Amino acid sequence: MPDVLPENSVGIVTPELYRFEEPLTLRSGKVLKAYDLIVETYGTLNADQSNAILICHALSGDHHAAGYHSMDDKKPGWWDVCIGPGKPIDTNHFFVVSLNNLGGCAGSTGPASINPDTGTWYGPDFPVVTVRDWVNSQARLADRLGIQQWAAVVGGSLGGMQVMRWSISYPERVRHAIMLAVAPKLSAQNIAFNEVARQSITADPDFHAGRYREHEVLPKKGLMLARMVGHITYLSDSAMREKFGKVSDELKQVSLNLGRDLRAGKLSFGFDVDFQVESYLHYQGERFSETFDANTYLLMTKALDYFDPTVDYDGDLGKAFANSDCRFLLMSFSTDWRFPPERTREIVTALLAAGKQVSYLEIEADQGHDAFLLPVPRYMEALTTYLTVVKDEVSA
Amino acid sequence: MRADLDIIRNWIAPGSRVLDLGCGDGSLLRYLQDNLQTVGTGLEIDETRINACLAKGISVIQQDLNQGLQNFESQSFDTVLLTQTLQAVHFPELLVEEMLRIGKNCIVTFPNFGNWRARMHLAIKGRMPVSEYIPYEWYNTPNIHFCTVRDFDVFCHDKNIDVITRTVVDYKHRDSWFIRAAPNLLSEIAIYHFSRAPAP
Repeated sequence: MPDVLPENSVGIVTPELYRFEEPLTLRSGKVLKAYDLIVETYGTLNADQSNAILICHALSGDHHAAGYHSMDDKKPGWWDVCIGPGKPIDTNHFFVVSLNNLGGCAGSTGPASINPDTGTWYGPDFPVVTVRDWVNSQARLADRLGIQQWAAVVGGSLGGMQVMRWSISYPERVRHAIMLAVAPKLSAQNIAFNEVARQSITADPDFHAGRYREHEVLPKKGLMLARMVGHITYLSDSAMREKFGKVSDELKQVSLNLGRDLRAGKLSFGFDVDFQVESYLHYQGERFSETFDANTYLLMTKALDYFDPTVDYDGDLGKAFANSDCRFLLMSFSTDWRFPPERTREIVTALLAAGKQVSYLEIEADQGHDAFLLPVPRYMEALTTYLTVVKDEVSA
Repeated sequence: MRADLDIIRNWIAPGSRVLDLGCGDGSLLRYLQDNLQTVGTGLEIDETRINACLAKGISVIQQDLNQGLQNFESQSFDTVLLTQTLQAVHFPELLVEEMLRIGKNCIVTFPNFGNWRARMHLAIKGRMPVSEYIPYEWYNTPNIHFCTVRDFDVFCHDKNIDVITRTVVDYKHRDSWFIRAAPNLLSEIAIYHFSRAPAP
């Protein structure tokens, strides 16, 4: 898409596939005998391997966090606003590692991969993976890359949960843990939304108990519905009003705009799409259902539901962090109602109780949960400032 | 360099845990960290100051002192600091109680409203005191709970607070026998180091 690559882009990137032959025992007790992880890296690893930053992706993310795969790409990687030369995660100074997690559908081993035992797709037989399993596999990737300690592990939402797990499971391997728009575990409301998403998928007649590939179909309708409900929870009421209410009158914009813009300029008096918001959700859902794997979506939502770093610590989050040896930076976003600021503050409180070094910022932002993916100025500034100090530490 | 730091540093044990309420740009915590190897955390609400803390590598939590300190465990810090902020909070009494709960000892600095200049301002001019040090008019001042050195002494007595050290200085944090002779009249800034007195 770009005629010329922007100067602050990491440019054209090529993913690399890493094969791991050592079996990985999962939290569930099941064993993954061998697996692939697809990885992108940006920047250069320094001589003492101290400048590496790990990016952990959220529910629908993947390894392609920054740059372009080709000049024909419509969009850069999912976190291109943050990663690149001169950007908050500055590739002039840091070696950035981004991977697709196990169970994903962007090249790492997952339900859409071939199961060597059966010679056909894993599909529903792919074991349920947890955040802990992902972090264990990421640690093996770090070994492979020769990285003993990350300068920082960074992630938002489900990615932030991986950061939390890193700080608990591998305290000596993390200098800084940066968690964005995160909660210590899901609430009943969060789980409820995930269950609606899962039911949408499994109720699709094309789902075939997860074996849709054998039937040469995809449960697109179900996946689209799942994405639609998810997408609503990522946006805020105010973001939707703004996005779907392009009223020209200034006064109206403030007081009356509810984001009710019509698609065709008039009501249809039928059950087809009338409002812009409907058509937007349809479009987003459809596009998603064409590129994402339904079984992966089920796995990712389960990983979210299951995440609870306190299970081994009598439900005490402060205890969970007892051995953590890194500094922490957490940021929440004011209109995020999926993981609202008070949920992030629960983690801050636990870290304080554990006597850890933690910084916390609550960013004013209209965009809801999605804000962590967007270039909100104060958020970008804080991340840049914090990582500049990290850079000075590791390049000494 | 802020002159009050030189006074405060003598009251802080090397390597101790310090909580600075209203930590500003983090220079006090940075100073203590560099000179006494303390482990510090600051609380601040102003965005620019928070960023200044991050730039200094200081741990800072965006939190409004007026909303309470429930997120801090009892006796979880060695020293809790409140410099030049007491007069601007909504509930000084509750805040000092919280400081005593969280910290093994506390340090508070505040402008002394019993200073002769403030008294003259009100007595002669009949107007609310405005000085180089406190340059606000009554209608735009963030300072809503002024007190005098004598007021604070009485407060400590009533609240069963054990004053370990009281230092009184001018607004440049200069100490002198002259000020010490009549602290409530002559000092511009009071610096208190205190802890909870053992139950009688």
